[in-house]
Amino acid sequence: MKKVTHILSCNKVIVDFDGFKAVNGMDFHLDHGELRFLIGPNGAGKTTMLDVICGKVKAASGQVHFLGDVDISKKKEHQIAELGIGRKFQAPSIFSGLTVMENLELAMSQKRGVFSTLRARMNKADASRIEDQLDMIGLKDRSKQKAGGLSHGEKQWLEIGMMLMQNPLVLLLDEPVAGMTDKETEKTGELLKEIASQRSVVVVEHDMEFVRSFASKVTVMHEGKLLKEGTMREVQQDRKVAEVYLGQRRDQDAISSTA
Amino acid sequence: MMLYPTMSKQKRIWLLVGYGLAVAILLSAPLFLSDFRLNLLAKFLAYAIVAIGLDLIWGYTGILSLGHGVFFGLGAYCMAMFLKLEATAGKMPDFMSWTGLTEMPWFWKPFNYAAFAIPAGIIIPMIVALILGFFTFRNRIKGVYFTILTQALVIITVTLFIGQQQFTGGTNGVTGFQTVLGYSIKDSSTKIFLYMVTVIALILVFIFCKYLVNSRFGRVLNAVRDAENRARFIGYDAARYQLFVFAISAGIAGLAGMLFVLHVGIISPSMMSIVPSIEIALWVALGGRGTLIGAAIGAIAINYAKSSFSTAYPDEWLLFLGGLFVVVVVFMPRGIMGLMHDGVSRLRGSFIDRSRNDQNFQKEADQS
Repeated sequence: MKKVTHILSCNKVIVDFDGFKAVNGMDFHLDHGELRFLIGPNGAGKTTMLDVICGKVKAASGQVHFLGDVDISKKKEHQIAELGIGRKFQAPSIFSGLTVMENLELAMSQKRGVFSTLRARMNKADASRIEDQLDMIGLKDRSKQKAGGLSHGEKQWLEIGMMLMQNPLVLLLDEPVAGMTDKETEKTGELLKEIASQRSVVVVEHDMEFVRSFASKVTVMHEGKLLKEGTMREVQQDRKVAEVYLGQRRDQDAISSTA
Repeated sequence: MMLYPTMSKQKRIWLLVGYGLAVAILLSAPLFLSDFRLNLLAKFLAYAIVAIGLDLIWGYTGILSLGHGVFFGLGAYCMAMFLKLEATAGKMPDFMSWTGLTEMPWFWKPFNYAAFAIPAGIIIPMIVALILGFFTFRNRIKGVYFTILTQALVIITVTLFIGQQQFTGGTNGVTGFQTVLGYSIKDSSTKIFLYMVTVIALILVFIFCKYLVNSRFGRVLNAVRDAENRARFIGYDAARYQLFVFAISAGIAGLAGMLFVLHVGIISPSMMSIVPSIEIALWVALGGRGTLIGAAIGAIAINYAKSSFSTAYPDEWLLFLGGLFVVVVVFMPRGIMGLMHDGVSRLRGSFIDRSRNDQNFQKEADQS
């Protein structure tokens, strides 16, 4: 693949939670159309990194550039979303009081001002887009149910469907298969492959089996910093990575030597 | 293709019949109600309007304002100032001279004109709501913290109105009106006319709010209520939506206040203080949040009960009101409309059209 400018670059990002540096000088670069996994032990700062990109958390220092030159580190969440960065949280977050279809309707890329939504009418093109999306996430026969009544897995798919309706350029997914059954995980994996074919995706994941099923670049974070970047194979053979992961289990002291 | 779970044709017809009947009864009320009762009903309808406005923000957006008494009161004062100046023929009102004022304050002067006073009764509450909302919603103050701030607004406003007696008439408020646009306010025909104006205002406010909540805008409000952050990360500026709906709600309360003064002939700080502000929320809760019509029904029902009950047992009324609040919260969180909905479903022997949420709730209720 020919490398063009990065769609997303984060440089020396530091996040300070009252003295605790959850992210401590992290660099992260994402290419157009890339599917990237972000892994690391608990507390490595993976989720916080996603929070910085989507604007939920403001970085104490460092830059986050989107599409080459747009600095998004000072922008608000809804502005970042409008620029084309979608975010899926770990716990499914959907509009429980609305129907599945209405959830997708609101997520659909459109003008989002107060007066635009007041006048908005569902046209044929929108309706068929929603239909297609319902098909893809497999919730077609649930479309008129309240989203609050869906199962955990269905909620996750609905949320992914909402992300796709939003049609972002970059999609940030936080543990999309957490709490899913094997069968649900498999289905989510297929969804993810489809999603990644059309946009750049960053996935934070703990399930190594799941990560391994994609031939993608993996970024390992540790203590708020970049530890290693490469293919899954390279990462697994890396001594530092092994220490971080294994050392945690076998020998607590090993962590301090890598810090 | 039908995108929304549209109601069955039959259900829609019944609904239209119901609304039609309600409108017919309201419009023909002057034929069979005495002047006194008509006036009372008119007051209740004004309350129904403010309740619908509160439902818009509480039921649909999930923001509980216990400050709607202030918006109601501001609208009422605007109308009262206009009526007062009409009664004094543009001269300084009596209470001002009693407190030693020699000249009418500048901000009273524009209230000589209906063309200023009537829009002001809606716009001033909206501006106050925008200012409070700007500092709260933008700073993500919500839930109980927002509610407490609205109560603070009530205390501040009431204290200000009582303290600035020379400008506001203090505790006594503003009263002593004679005419509305030249017609005697005590005439039966004027009263009927004002009643009709209130009925029409109620219908228009209801239709307007119905339009808002049925539009995509209304669904964004629901979205902000259910998962504010999700709405934000999809790209909606949640604060702007909250601010907008809060201002609309306040404007509706102001309109209700203006109509209230026309029927009751007085506005005083006690009518916009803490207790009335909480009562409005109670009407909405009893009628059923997030239904609009429930809010109107709740307002009329409680006030009817209040006026019948409190004349006989003035002291027990507040206890009854408090007890009712507990009963509503514990046993019927979806209010009268929820009960009706369940009743209809039960008659049909099916619970199909109830959402799963309600079923879950029912399960909890059954277990306890």
